[in-house]
Amino acid sequence: MLHFAPWKLAVIFLTVLLGFVFAIPNVLPEAVRANLPAWAPKRPINLGLDLRGGSYLLLEVDVDALGKQRVKDLSEELTAALARSPRIGFSARAADDNSVSVQLRDPSDADEALKRARDLAQTIGGQVGGIGGRPDLSAAMDGDRLVLTLTPEALQLKARAALDQTMEIVRKRIDEFGTLEASVQRQGANRIVVQAPGASDPAQLAASLAKTAQMTFQLVDLTARAEDIQAGFAPPGSEIVPSDDGFTPFMAVKRRAIVTGENLIDAQPGFDQNNRAIVNFRFDQPGARAFGRTTIDNVGKPFAILLDGRVISAPTINEPITGGSGQISGNFTPESAAELAALLRAGALPAPLAVVESRTVGAELGADSIRAGWIAAIVSFVGILIFMLVFYGILGLMANVGLIINLVLLMGALSGMGAALTLPGIAGIILTMGMAVDANVLIFERLREELRAGRTPVVATNAAFERATLTIMDANITTLIAAAFLFQFGSGPVRGFAVTLGLGIFTSVFCGVWLGRWMLATWLRAARPKRLGLVKAAAGAA
Amino acid sequence: MALNLFPEKLDVNFMRWRFIAAAISLAVIVLTAIFIPLHGLNLGVDFRGGALIEAQTQGPANLTDIRSKLGALNIGDVGVQEFGAPDLVLIRAEGQDGEDGANIAGAKVQEELRKIAPGVDIRRVETVGGKVSGELIQAGVMALAFALLAMLVYVWFRFDSWHFGLGAMASLLHDVMVTIGFFIVTKIEFNLSTVAALLTIIGYSINDTVVIFDRFREDIRKYKKMPLTELFNLSINVTLPRTIVTSVTTLIAIGGMYAFGGDVIRSFTAAMIVGVIIGTYSTVFIATPLVLWAGYKRPSDRTEPDSAARASA
Repeated sequence: MLHFAPWKLAVIFLTVLLGFVFAIPNVLPEAVRANLPAWAPKRPINLGLDLRGGSYLLLEVDVDALGKQRVKDLSEELTAALARSPRIGFSARAADDNSVSVQLRDPSDADEALKRARDLAQTIGGQVGGIGGRPDLSAAMDGDRLVLTLTPEALQLKARAALDQTMEIVRKRIDEFGTLEASVQRQGANRIVVQAPGASDPAQLAASLAKTAQMTFQLVDLTARAEDIQAGFAPPGSEIVPSDDGFTPFMAVKRRAIVTGENLIDAQPGFDQNNRAIVNFRFDQPGARAFGRTTIDNVGKPFAILLDGRVISAPTINEPITGGSGQISGNFTPESAAELAALLRAGALPAPLAVVESRTVGAELGADSIRAGWIAAIVSFVGILIFMLVFYGILGLMANVGLIINLVLLMGALSGMGAALTLPGIAGIILTMGMAVDANVLIFERLREELRAGRTPVVATNAAFERATLTIMDANITTLIAAAFLFQFGSGPVRGFAVTLGLGIFTSVFCGVWLGRWMLATWLRAARPKRLGLVKAAAGAA
Repeated sequence: MALNLFPEKLDVNFMRWRFIAAAISLAVIVLTAIFIPLHGLNLGVDFRGGALIEAQTQGPANLTDIRSKLGALNIGDVGVQEFGAPDLVLIRAEGQDGEDGANIAGAKVQEELRKIAPGVDIRRVETVGGKVSGELIQAGVMALAFALLAMLVYVWFRFDSWHFGLGAMASLLHDVMVTIGFFIVTKIEFNLSTVAALLTIIGYSINDTVVIFDRFREDIRKYKKMPLTELFNLSINVTLPRTIVTSVTTLIAIGGMYAFGGDVIRSFTAAMIVGVIIGTYSTVFIATPLVLWAGYKRPSDRTEPDSAARASA
């Protein structure tokens, strides 16, 4: 049967046409692409980070730290609540990852202690206004121990909120650092994937993203003696913190922060009158009020500006600062001042963030890889074309036409889908080309057998396609299964490989079976060859 | 005109070699299984954790200087080697504990490199923390295991007999193990792309196996009296030209990549070359004999809806 149903022909032609239409933007120069009519696809293949250069970062939010922080706060709040009059006596305060407990001196205080403990609960979930919300902890007596336990639900909600907030801040920071086209995606319960093409200094980007950037303004405790600070002893209500201000390695500051970074509404880099780099900042209303009040009471005394627990500057209050704005002059370079300002504008991370995986390719290596990929593709492709031509003659030529169209279809599909082409992806394309001829080879070898059995070219061709098609399908479905697992397993470049391999299976089956059959049928009809070149004359004539 | 390299009637008694082949393969697999824990693979940062930095210096790199200065950074073991050219350096750092220990090590190496060799171009940085590398190992093993299982099920259903599924899966497992053995012997780095290559090899090898099984299924109806061993021999022989031609075109493709595709994917292409050769071998010498050894019997007393349909057509 050399006849093709019209709809089949239409499908074949339409598919090839679509492939060409989508693939063509890849060979057009930028200027021409911009002037294409609106309906035409304009997108060339989207290059992966390993080819265009850029960074892939996997960030992990330390959600356990949130629970620990809440336990730590709760532990102090509980102490304060029990100490309120009438005082409830207790001893042996203990805390673990998600609970706090104390031993009550007098078991008859249990009811009152439980009541006070429950008041410490924060409401979680529910609607605005706390309707339908639940407490984030449960309080119970275990013998004469009062135990406060954070509910798993509360921990989960906290973690989710922290992840949302962290993503928001990471996005803001990326915007601040001017990295274009970066994508920020959630992965699992506590991870964030950042893909930033063309970051000029990826190490810097990673470091900046992972900084907590918690800023606090705390009064310096002048009552602490130098030798105590040296030894790490702080007066009650104060703490010893490391200092980068360039004057002293450690400093004693009051625990209670006057204002925190949350009260900042703007921060900009600038220069002071001595042309030193500084950061100008502005507080919101409550921040300005709190800061103003404290500075009024402490004129002549120093306060410390801390970033992530380290003093960056400890200026003396010369006069009350009530306007709500000020400047930080640490040991800044213009670049570090700009970075700090950007971090402050984006806000502090709610929980520690770690870069658990990073893959960065410089633009140079990316360009080298593209070059290497091209050369490898051309060498391999031409090698296959020559082999098929030599081995199968005119049939090989048809297989080659199919192979070229296969490549175009694959390019078209990649462009149309907007899938990223990676270096392993190029390998997938080359490999697909090597394996695509398998369909042709199966058919041709089958054809050889049928011809040897004495059938005419037309009958033999039909028989060969009929029998080989089932095998081709089986063989390709198994490869598709492998590609599916590859896709599932891989991230980034490996996934790009799975995509090209998987798409290649569809284009190969199409080109090998449908297009190949149509080409062969057309040729047989037009040329009406007495015999195909596949077998020796004697066998063909039998 | 086409070439006729293969004789018209191929009649190689492949099945005669099946015992020797099975013995050799089994020995290689056992040795591999013993040497994985004993000798170990040269695991890349993907699976070992740590940092990998590829840098290009201006002029030939002073490896001794770089080695001693990076060694003083206190970031665990640091390996420094030339990478294909005198001005290309590949640095591996073990990294410190903690989730971002690898990342910190990577950043420190970059900072120090810029001091040691001004104008250095950092071409590639990969850092993988301890937890993530563990997850990647797990994901790799799972992907391979599930892929094998899926192949087993598919072949089982398609060929209507678990014997074929078993034969196919065993030969795939064989391919994976032998390729891993190759990586142990050659010390080529074993990383994520190697696992990708293993999955691709599975895909390629099963392709080969299915083609022969398909032919066998067709021939078993044609030659009702032929002993199964002979029948398998026949199926292998008639599909042999195809097996060889496809292997050659695939090897042309991978060979081009191996030679010109650059160092980044060399470990991938090396695995693929070995895998394609091993995959072809295992189809002939492992998959088919195993179907017989598993106790496959001719389904002569079963009704064959397929052949009945063909007879009436």
